[in-house]
Amino acid sequence: MEDIWKGLMHAGALLFGGDPGVWEIIGLSLRVSGLAVVLATAVGVPLGYVLGSRKFRGRTFIQVIVNTGMGLPPVVAGLIVYMFLSRSGPIAAFATDVLNWWDPAAAPHDAPRLLFTVGAMLVAQVIISCPLVIGVTAAAVGSVPLEMRLQARSLGATSWHEALLTITEARRGVMAAIVAGFGGIISEVGAVMLVGGNIEHSTRVMTTAIVLETQKGNFDVALALGIILIGMAFVINNGLTALQQSGSRYER
Amino acid sequence: MSADARAGKSEPIIVAENLTVRYRKRTVLDVERFELYEGETHAVLGPSGSGKSTLLRVLGLLEKPATGRIWIDGAQAGSADREARLMMAAVFQNPYLFKGTVAENVAYGLKLRGVSAREREDRVDAALARVGLEGTQRHSALQLSGGEAQRVALARALVLEPRILLLDEPLSYLDPLIKRKLVADFSEILTTSGVSAIYVTHDQDEAMVVADRVSIMHEGRFVRSGTVDDVMGLPTDPWVADFIGMETALDGEIVDTEEGIARIMVGGQIIYACSMFCPGQKVLVGIRPEDVMLFAAQSEVPVSSARNRLTMRVEAIEPRGALVRVALRRDGLRLASSISRASLRDLDLEPGDDVTVLFKATAVHVAAAQGVPSRL
Repeated sequence: MEDIWKGLMHAGALLFGGDPGVWEIIGLSLRVSGLAVVLATAVGVPLGYVLGSRKFRGRTFIQVIVNTGMGLPPVVAGLIVYMFLSRSGPIAAFATDVLNWWDPAAAPHDAPRLLFTVGAMLVAQVIISCPLVIGVTAAAVGSVPLEMRLQARSLGATSWHEALLTITEARRGVMAAIVAGFGGIISEVGAVMLVGGNIEHSTRVMTTAIVLETQKGNFDVALALGIILIGMAFVINNGLTALQQSGSRYER
Repeated sequence: MSADARAGKSEPIIVAENLTVRYRKRTVLDVERFELYEGETHAVLGPSGSGKSTLLRVLGLLEKPATGRIWIDGAQAGSADREARLMMAAVFQNPYLFKGTVAENVAYGLKLRGVSAREREDRVDAALARVGLEGTQRHSALQLSGGEAQRVALARALVLEPRILLLDEPLSYLDPLIKRKLVADFSEILTTSGVSAIYVTHDQDEAMVVADRVSIMHEGRFVRSGTVDDVMGLPTDPWVADFIGMETALDGEIVDTEEGIARIMVGGQIIYACSMFCPGQKVLVGIRPEDVMLFAAQSEVPVSSARNRLTMRVEAIEPRGALVRVALRRDGLRLASSISRASLRDLDLEPGDDVTVLFKATAVHVAAAQGVPSRL
């Protein structure tokens, strides 16, 4: 009990005392997961719209892939990214070939370090959140009746207008998709640990810091970070809910 | 002005040939030819599942047919043809209003057409006034009553000043009182706006009020097409007759004519009809059940201008909503009469009873039998 109390006190001190180390970790978490969810939204909402609104060959198969992706353990996603980005992996090999061709004088070049970077964490988080955004968007778009889209088309809508209208009509669901995508990565630890490596001042994010501090026995610091993480989730979800409901004034 | 006369004056704005649509292996639409004339309202009448909504979607270029060709305003059009699509606007059974205000809904199509905000506002106001919804611009579209929502849907289509209006059961969700009011309003708007319209419905009363021409659909095909009077007065096949609540049109032959009144031999009986056919002409004869009056067999029949007075036998009595349909027969002459429940009680009819039947010569629909050269 005393640990928890101390943790709460410490969390306050860390936050309001302006501990630069903690703010650095929070900032990195937000930057990586924020950018990852922006990218996942840019890719996932259009794909989710197509999957939810169009009939095409192989749609069921893609649906199964996306559903599997939604349940993909983050640590497995991390493992896959790790294998691709490691120095002996295909991407590093390709990059080395390019470097050797570009600057033959200095050849042979060392394979570039791709792992244990912020970029690697970003890649892993995009891969984790994309299926979530696609899947939830597809479900939301699928609930807009076909007749609604026909109605828009009959009033002169192009496919583009039709997509825009459908997504607007399904906006609560689409926002839920983005929230799900963000929630899935801000709280995720396995993949960022594997591909980021939890390097201080470089790739240490809140979840990996919590794991580290817990293992070191610094429960107060771990708990402080945990409380901040929950608080962040609360603030962000609160904001998104408010945004969702801003459109509800015209609804029954 | 009859639909025929109007058809003679105008060109078809939609022509479609050999349209078929298949869902999986089932053929849901198989229409050889469809024409919509400029300025006319063409009702497509049929029970649910008869393919009429599918036809509307295909003609509106909203759904691609398996086969067939469509010409809109003289040019062949495909389902990706936005130019042709911009000439049309649709109102569906469910109004499908978009989230937002009434004004935003009505302005939707105008916005897509790049109409300026100022002009949009004026046109939206005018369209709402036209459907009787002045002052509702800022109301939420999703909080309207069913009748209001359908009026907004109509305004949303009319505001675009489309040359072709597609209406798919626009009134079938509404309660009878509002429906009756809106049928009249729709009919007035369709007539005064000069728009060409396709009006899909399962309700023959609605079709008769709004339409110049009507096609009856059954299992994806047209079973009868023509002017409202011809189709609704002369069902040539038993299915159509049953669907519109009449007896099948009867074969007859003109015996003689005098001052526009023909005596026609039908099923061994002589009936009088207004007709210009020559004696000897083979014809089809039909009488709408609501034009056939019944009186008790022995009663004093009031003085009336009805030329036809026959004693017929009651074959069957079948309730149809507020009315009762009485099937009648004498020799080969079969008729149906539509009477109120109260009248039925007064007449105290049972199948097998005799009854006096009255109908006017003007109520008898006469057309040339098929394959025989007709009119004078």
